[in-house]
Amino acid sequence: MGRKAKFDGTTAPSGRGRKAKKQGDPTFPKGVLVKEAKELSHRQRQRARKRLLKKQNLNKKLNKLEKTKGKKEVEDILTEDNVKNVTKQLKTNKKKKSLKKQPKNNDLSHEDDQMQFDSDSNMSDNEEIMRGEQQKITKQKLLNSDTEDEIDNYDDIEEYEQNEEMNQKEDADSSDNDVDLLPIEKANKKLKKKQEEEQKLAEQEMHDMTLQQSVFTFPTEEELAEVTNLKDVQQRIKDVIMVLSDFKRLRDINRSRSEYVDLLRSDLCTYYSYNNFLMGKLMQIFPLDELLEFLEASEVQRPMTIRTNTLKTRRRDLAEALINRGVNLDPIGKWTKIGLVIYTSQVPMGATPEYLAGHYILQGASSFLPVMALEPKENEKILDMCAAPGGKSSHIAALMKNTGVIFSNDVNEERIKAVVGNFHRLGIVNSIVCTYDGRKLPSVIKSFDRVLLDAPCTGTGVVSKDPSVKTNKDEVDIQRCCTLQKELLLAAIDCANARSESGGIIVYSTCSILPEENEWVVDHALKKRDVKLIPTGLEFGAEGFTSYRQYRFHPSLKLTKRFYPHIHNMDGFFVAKLKKFSNIVHKNKNAEEETLN
Amino acid sequence: MKRLTEEKTKLVLEKLTKYIGTNVKLLLDRPDGVYCFRERKGRVYYVSEKILSLASMVNPDKLASIGTCFGKFTKSGKFRLHITALYHLAPYVQHKIWVKSSAEQQFLYGHHISKSGLSRITENTPQYQGVVIFSTNNIPLGFGVTAKSTMDCKYADPMATICFHQADIGEYIRSEDSLI
Repeated sequence: MGRKAKFDGTTAPSGRGRKAKKQGDPTFPKGVLVKEAKELSHRQRQRARKRLLKKQNLNKKLNKLEKTKGKKEVEDILTEDNVKNVTKQLKTNKKKKSLKKQPKNNDLSHEDDQMQFDSDSNMSDNEEIMRGEQQKITKQKLLNSDTEDEIDNYDDIEEYEQNEEMNQKEDADSSDNDVDLLPIEKANKKLKKKQEEEQKLAEQEMHDMTLQQSVFTFPTEEELAEVTNLKDVQQRIKDVIMVLSDFKRLRDINRSRSEYVDLLRSDLCTYYSYNNFLMGKLMQIFPLDELLEFLEASEVQRPMTIRTNTLKTRRRDLAEALINRGVNLDPIGKWTKIGLVIYTSQVPMGATPEYLAGHYILQGASSFLPVMALEPKENEKILDMCAAPGGKSSHIAALMKNTGVIFSNDVNEERIKAVVGNFHRLGIVNSIVCTYDGRKLPSVIKSFDRVLLDAPCTGTGVVSKDPSVKTNKDEVDIQRCCTLQKELLLAAIDCANARSESGGIIVYSTCSILPEENEWVVDHALKKRDVKLIPTGLEFGAEGFTSYRQYRFHPSLKLTKRFYPHIHNMDGFFVAKLKKFSNIVHKNKNAEEETLN
Repeated sequence: MKRLTEEKTKLVLEKLTKYIGTNVKLLLDRPDGVYCFRERKGRVYYVSEKILSLASMVNPDKLASIGTCFGKFTKSGKFRLHITALYHLAPYVQHKIWVKSSAEQQFLYGHHISKSGLSRITENTPQYQGVVIFSTNNIPLGFGVTAKSTMDCKYADPMATICFHQADIGEYIRSEDSLI
């Protein structure tokens, strides 16, 4: 028992003992180590001023004496005055240093427009510093305490004077005029002149540069016709965006804003290979800087995400099993407890035994959102109108814990096979899978507690998944989608039961970001049926638009949520949650509107 | 959507008994409501009566699937179990085979199980008995029929087949179109 002694020296001492207290660093009272620059008291300043006056008077007298008396006497006085001159020299020296900084700053400023303003402020800073230095010097003068330092400085100045000898010769004529000045004073004057010249040059250069930078020459038609390389186009995009951001100052007066915008659009189309129409739409939705971010984000694939099937396993167990297979993963975020994001994987994620056993399904992060907004409860009757390939439907079934009924409908018989396959794989037993046209569903079956409509859309939010969207969508496609969506949403509302105790909820979602397919459709439904928008219950996402160009939507549309690839790192998405409060369909109202139209 | 005839019911239950024995009763009398078998286009579905009543509203032509598909009647009149039945069979199965993780992939590609891939087997499993195959971490992988009894397994050659492959969950991606 007890501690075993080890004398062979194998154990290294592990620092100070547990109980040994380490003494802290010593603290010294203020002003012991570093002598603080003492502020002069009021009296002291007064006295100093008097002393200065006295000295000035003395100088004047000396000058008078100089003329009357011999040189010998003057020299004696000069030795007294030397110290003062040295300090003057010092002052100018420092001035020069600070001035030398200025052109440097200007050089930097050529790179960026904004930097110019910074450098301006720098200049004013420099002036302030100079003023501060001057004050210090006068203090030194007044105190006359540290003569040694000054002597050191004096040596420096001598060196400097040697350099300036050449210049002195040139200025010999002017120096003749003021014979009464000392050589050091003459040097000072010359220095000042030189500095002024330098400053002038610097300013001119800066001005030239700003002129060069600000003027973006509008390309001629010939230049536009021949696209040389993408880098030029990219540079031009940047330039035009810069011009548009400060249009008043940087514009070419002969060109209108629309010309710039057209140029930008055509450039963006060539650079990101969109068609003109879609790019125009996007430019209407986003401000310019955000537009670029969106386009960039749409080029990159979103990270692969999976959803745990809570009917068969838990997320922790699944994560453990997948990590054992060499998958690098992480939870998606705090907003969901069943999502995992896959960074890298040594095995194909769609073919692991866990996948085949139905422990998870590959699903985009954005696809979680409409189901979370729907909030399915156990023992409810729920309809998913456009179900294929069954990701959201199976999520609903999992949230219902295989109780109640989930109707999964999709018009496409080929795609419905995927729904059936996924349901069987994931062990969902409470499903009815059918292949109706969604618009005819209300005639077949009604009185659902909740309805999810993930409407078919142009897919402008998922460009990274399907780049063909960029080129093959035009006005007619959007019109068609929009009409279909309106009909589907009305059908979905008709399928829901307002008298349901827990429900009467309709969730509308699309993977498009165009307001024509989202806000407009919901706004149309608000007018046609007794429904109101309620908060989606999703804690993130941008608010829906209430006004977009010439359209003015119902103010409650700000309760809808929009998701963007560049902000939320998921596919572009739109979610609206509606609550139905009566089953009445206003046929008269419809008729009236139709006659009006 | 029609009830199974008595003959067909007998065929289905016979087949199920091969795998889960007397537990067939548990499949039919469940605490969470009455479940029944229904036939549509030669496929047999196992479904709760609550859902069945709702499904009656749907036009049979437009119905793709309800509940769980258990299998189909072949043209020769036999009943053939589908892999989709595994979810309901696995908990009640009486004879099990566990395969090593190295043989897991092999089985999921539709191969028989050889002695070398065998990890464990339920004791007293007779020859030609319907079994459910599990992975080492107890994930059901599919079902098959034993080629050798437990006793024979002990002395079998490493390359000898222990269990014939019938269906496996690899079919979910191998043959999604012909799943049901």
